[in-house]
Amino acid sequence: MSGDALPAARETLRRRGEDPHRLGHRAHGREAVAGTGRGGSGPASKRIVVGYGFWIFLLSDVILFACFFATFAVQRDATAGGPTMRALVDMPRVAAETGALLLSSYACGLSYAAANARNKLWTQVLLVLTGLLGLAFVAMELQEFVGLAGRGIVPQRSGFLTAFFGLVGLHGLHVTLGGVWLATMVAQVQFKGFRPEIMHRLTCFNLFWHALDIVWIGIFSIVYLMGASA
Amino acid sequence: MSDPETFAAGPASELDGREDHAPGDAPSEDAGYWVHNANFGLALSVLLTAGAFAVVRSDLVWGPAIPVALLVLAIAQMGVQLVFFLHITTGPDNTNNVLALAFGLLVTFLIVVGSIWIMDHLNHNMMPMQQLMQMQP
Repeated sequence: MSGDALPAARETLRRRGEDPHRLGHRAHGREAVAGTGRGGSGPASKRIVVGYGFWIFLLSDVILFACFFATFAVQRDATAGGPTMRALVDMPRVAAETGALLLSSYACGLSYAAANARNKLWTQVLLVLTGLLGLAFVAMELQEFVGLAGRGIVPQRSGFLTAFFGLVGLHGLHVTLGGVWLATMVAQVQFKGFRPEIMHRLTCFNLFWHALDIVWIGIFSIVYLMGASA
Repeated sequence: MSDPETFAAGPASELDGREDHAPGDAPSEDAGYWVHNANFGLALSVLLTAGAFAVVRSDLVWGPAIPVALLVLAIAQMGVQLVFFLHITTGPDNTNNVLALAFGLLVTFLIVVGSIWIMDHLNHNMMPMQQLMQMQP
């Protein structure tokens, strides 16, 4: 290091040498770092603020699902002489639904990687694939519900069935509305391109879709598989 | 120093590596890194899902322990997806996201465990419905 460097620059270089990947505390004030959102150098960039805000929304959505899960757990044995969970589970269908949603989540992650590389063709192909797999999931779930209703298994039958249709139906509704959002994203990427605000929306959509898959992990494990083994 | 709003202008100036990361965001590594990351996450998720179905289908696990095994596999898979799909890590650029997640999990835990606990006790301590009906004038 040359001796005539300014003290502040020398300090920066020293820090960089000690901690090249900045795993320790970052400097405040003097060192110019685009906003980290911690008050050291102004607000964080919009990309970060939008993603973080949506993360907070998603966590509130998870809490909503927690309420439905709690209801299901409490109402589990309130079958009023009607069918139990064991009678409802159709294993191959649950496995197919799980596979469709997992692959959909995977395709969504790949589309986001393609979007970050500014590859429009792959972004669109993978987004459409995400949507088709999501649609397959919703179709299988609807078919399941219609089949159950045909056997007289409806939400009005017992407290357990109300909780079951409430929880699984709420998730299905989320996937359906997510699919509508996805369709608008495909159109926006097509006609507006990768503008900053479109990238923000893609970030949020990506988060939303992955979060739905995480909720489904809870549903297939706790509702279906535990119900089948009980 | 680049203006924060220009980050999304092109692949090269995508993100400042020193900035905090939003959940789900893909920091400035090239696309191949993220594809590799997603492949790894998918492989682990498929393994854990297949494991969950196998636990129910086979006699691998002692009957009464199956719910616990399913819970463990589910939580493991949620963790895998948080890391590989939502890119939540323990790095300092993720502190805000992890703290928000921790609070969300706390509320989730309180709601679910609290409901089960309270309702279970109510069921235990309440007089059976038959007797209650007979006491009515």
